[in-house]
Amino acid sequence: MGKRSIETLVGLFVLLGILGLLFLALKAANLGSFTSSGDNYTLIAKFDNIGGLKVRAPVRSAGVTVGRVTSITLDPKTYQGVVKLDMQRGVQFPNDSSARILTSGLLGDQYVGLEAGAEEKVFAPGDTIKSTQSAVVLESLISQFLFNKAADAGSTAAPPPPPTGTKK
Amino acid sequence: MTTNPLAVLGQRALNVLRGLGHNATFFADLLRNTPAALRRPYLVIAQVHAIGNLSLLIIMASGLAVGFVLALQSYYALVTYGASESLGLLVNLSLVRELGPVVTALLFAGRAGTSLTAEIGLMKAGEQLAAMEMMAIDPKSRVLAPRFLGGIVAMPVLAVLFSSIGILGAYVVAVQLIGVDDGNFWSIMQNGVDVWRDVGNGIIKSIVFGVICTFVAVYQGYETQATPEGVAHATTRTVVISSLSVLAMDFVLTALMFTHKQ
Repeated sequence: MGKRSIETLVGLFVLLGILGLLFLALKAANLGSFTSSGDNYTLIAKFDNIGGLKVRAPVRSAGVTVGRVTSITLDPKTYQGVVKLDMQRGVQFPNDSSARILTSGLLGDQYVGLEAGAEEKVFAPGDTIKSTQSAVVLESLISQFLFNKAADAGSTAAPPPPPTGTKK
Repeated sequence: MTTNPLAVLGQRALNVLRGLGHNATFFADLLRNTPAALRRPYLVIAQVHAIGNLSLLIIMASGLAVGFVLALQSYYALVTYGASESLGLLVNLSLVRELGPVVTALLFAGRAGTSLTAEIGLMKAGEQLAAMEMMAIDPKSRVLAPRFLGGIVAMPVLAVLFSSIGILGAYVVAVQLIGVDDGNFWSIMQNGVDVWRDVGNGIIKSIVFGVICTFVAVYQGYETQATPEGVAHATTRTVVISSLSVLAMDFVLTALMFTHKQ
């Protein structure tokens, strides 16, 4: 085999490897969705309970992904979870928008859902979202359900003592 | 003279230590000769061709087959939990994190490792290496280091190709044959696979395995007994030692890379 043809074949080999790597990175992993069209701005939201929210969870409004969660910390004074959101530059939200932690599907990953408000002014970068709703905790839901059931059953008799699971 | 069993045991232990030391000095020698090999790039390129290009067929065929089988098996495992849409994600993570680097390394040891060992061993048996030393050419820089570098370059490329073909094969089986949804296959996979943590770590693994397999092959070839029997033994030793080292190293690397602190 001539020197030229060996070099060409090795070049093709390496090229094939690079193409495979690009395929893996772009089509089979999340590199494609990471690049943003412009620079992003940060919003802060404080929740009483973030549930199972993780860093890099999506921020969605009307189901469309408009940002990512970049960090989750605990505020040592108010004991609330402070979630920093990286929002795409192209979408601005009115400054009375509300944030909730929702679950995609029944048992899927959790994400931050933004509902646009009615104000004219929009959030400036670094603003805090004021109206937030925490994640649904399964245990509170169950104990609330049981308490309601017990209340219905005992409505003709004397009011039953509340189950030990509910808060006072 | 009676053989003292303790002395025999001690001698064996010392031999193991001496073997490890010899391995280490040989490795250091190879590294020392690497710049000299880089000064003759055609040698390295020819080796990449011999090691990488000629292994393409077996790697791609195996990748395709593993992708097919992985898709089939995963489907029947996932469908009982109603999670069959995550088939793409499962196949991708299995391939890119584990099966790609490890299976490629095992096949590489079997195909390229044995050919390296046999080639170098026959050079030694035919006294070509001794003749080179007579001409004041260091065989390590002309013969061994290019093959070492060629293996290190070829291995990650082969592993990436194995994983890519595996994913495409799984796509064919899952979407065309079984009927998993096309869009879900790719989007759930894209959401779940992290480029740096999964693909990147897989590539790091394949580079480490490339170093291990090529080094073992070159060492066994160089240290073989200069007889046809010796070459045959060295060849089988290459495959066994490479395979075991790769699997042990895989456990260590996986523990380092993929266990979370949460």
